[in-house]
Amino acid sequence: MTAPATQPRVVRRYPGSLLLAEIKESFFMAMGALAAHKLRSALTLLGVLVGVFSIIVVMTAMRVLQRNIENDLSRLGSQTFQIRKWPAVYFGGPEGFEKFWRRKNITLAQGRAVMDKATLALNVGLESNFWSGEVSSRYDKSPPNVGLIGATPGGFPARNWIIGEGRGLNDTDVDSAKDVCILGYRLATLLFPLGSALGERVKIDGINYTVIGVLEEKGAALGGDQDNFAVIPLTTGLNRYGAIWRSLSILVQARDQAAYDDTVEQVRGILRAIRKVQPGAEDDFEVFSNDSLIEQFKNFTFTVRIGVAVISSIALVAAGIGIMNIMLVSVTERTREIGIRRAIGAKKRNIMTQFIMEAIVLCEVGGAIGVALGIAGGNLTAYFFEVPPVIPLDWVMIGLLICSVVGIVFGTYPAFKAANLDPIDSLRYE
Amino acid sequence: MSLIHLEKVTRRYQMGGETIHALREVSFTIARGEYVAIMGPSGSGKSTLMNIIGCLDTATSGTYVLNDVNVSEMDDNQLAEVRNKEIGFVFQTFNLLPRANAFHNVELPLIYAGISAEERRRVTVEALTSVGLADRMTHKPNEMSGGQRQRVAVARALVNHPSILLADEPTGNLDTKTGEEIMGVFEELSRQGNTIILVTHEEDIARHARRIVRIRDGLIASDEARR
Repeated sequence: MTAPATQPRVVRRYPGSLLLAEIKESFFMAMGALAAHKLRSALTLLGVLVGVFSIIVVMTAMRVLQRNIENDLSRLGSQTFQIRKWPAVYFGGPEGFEKFWRRKNITLAQGRAVMDKATLALNVGLESNFWSGEVSSRYDKSPPNVGLIGATPGGFPARNWIIGEGRGLNDTDVDSAKDVCILGYRLATLLFPLGSALGERVKIDGINYTVIGVLEEKGAALGGDQDNFAVIPLTTGLNRYGAIWRSLSILVQARDQAAYDDTVEQVRGILRAIRKVQPGAEDDFEVFSNDSLIEQFKNFTFTVRIGVAVISSIALVAAGIGIMNIMLVSVTERTREIGIRRAIGAKKRNIMTQFIMEAIVLCEVGGAIGVALGIAGGNLTAYFFEVPPVIPLDWVMIGLLICSVVGIVFGTYPAFKAANLDPIDSLRYE
Repeated sequence: MSLIHLEKVTRRYQMGGETIHALREVSFTIARGEYVAIMGPSGSGKSTLMNIIGCLDTATSGTYVLNDVNVSEMDDNQLAEVRNKEIGFVFQTFNLLPRANAFHNVELPLIYAGISAEERRRVTVEALTSVGLADRMTHKPNEMSGGQRQRVAVARALVNHPSILLADEPTGNLDTKTGEEIMGVFEELSRQGNTIILVTHEEDIARHARRIVRIRDGLIASDEARR
């Protein structure tokens, strides 16, 4: 049998191991309690799950969208900005929309003035999208989604278009509005599968154009349509598709990063002068670059983020109250257990730790499921936009941290109640 | 050398404006290695006495010295520590954690004592082996018989090598045969030098002890040594 009580104690104590053992013990007890009441626990978890899910799903989707926009924008060359009548992204009511609508169009004459006067710019190009549809050659025809872009020579470097074969547009093509075109790489290989497209004729919107050049392939095209367009002289397009109601975009490439801001200011000044904007009045055109677009996107998503934060915190508070409720029930049900633990030497602090730990485990299980579902749900947008999936690690951490906080905040009162039960009464509790 | 020394211990309760005297200036001493039965009808104050000896309750007045330490002035945390290290409880209703297996039930006091995992494992296995349950370690209480449950409880009480083994009606929920078996375990523990205090109202059970203290109306009615 056991050693007599008079024998000297051989047990060694490790203060650090108490907390560790306690947490481990509490964790397993909590998992046991969870497993013992599956339905009840599942219903309680649901609140936390929804709260965390809503955070993670939106944050993941936002990140996917941002990446998608960044991918799209990389088409613009470096140190390039664009000027248009319309903003690139607009999130507002109809009254703001009207303001843009009332603006004067950016005309060819204005564009030419900028080209003449912008001394700081390396390249200035004018551009307009005219049409999109089916393009055919004598060999084949394309799907009906080919864009027809009118441009000037300066637009090529600004757009990062590099001539792979033949030549680009020159001033003569533009001045005399020739029926020539330059094809995107994929379009060229589709229409002329057997050999060079140069000198061949393609039919775009019923009119024949002579192919004078083919662009180099653009990197790995995620959307697949970065090469799916044809470029014609801007003037040709304006003649065919009308110039009156059309507002052009101006592409300006600065000489280098250092001159970028000055270039933007110079071009703004030129445009304000020729469009007769009163001193002190707002610009009646939009200037944007890759950076400013990303900035705008971030500003927009900030609003969404705030909304999500509010909604999910309401969900989490409701979930927390559910957790508190179930913990109170659990404390009552386990009064006897608490009495036993106190009798064999648990301090109030130990009982507190155990019940808070249980609340945290309950929250974390819900939170972990919410995180998993949120990442999956958010990445549906990645699937939709055909960009690689994203795991927002920072938000996963924040989400799980919030779960712990909810557990601690709403678990403390039940745990306090448990710790302060009278050991004698709780031992007799039936 | 006395292990337990009570000096004029009084315990009063307030119940609905009425004062109940559960214990009135009780004084007695128990030496190390004694096997004492505390007897008395219900309402006599024997449960209160047991709770005080077991450090679950504190006296309203008087002093209680356990193992040369004055327990009567301790706070809640200190009392918990004394319960953990000095006292092993065995209850009538076994009071095992229903969802934990035998091993875990016995290990629990060691966790609160802050003992390392390897040592806990060694000591727990030792305690369960000593009550003959080495092969039942992974069984939960509801997978064991009453006798086996009570032996798990005894193992749990002994695992921290306490100064006192405090048994409250340990055979109350067992049939006569199993009850005798458990009393045999106590007998053996007593022979090894453990101090045992048995709280009961059954003469047959009390007869196993070598000293019987009878309580009536909060006072010691008789205190006699047997054999």
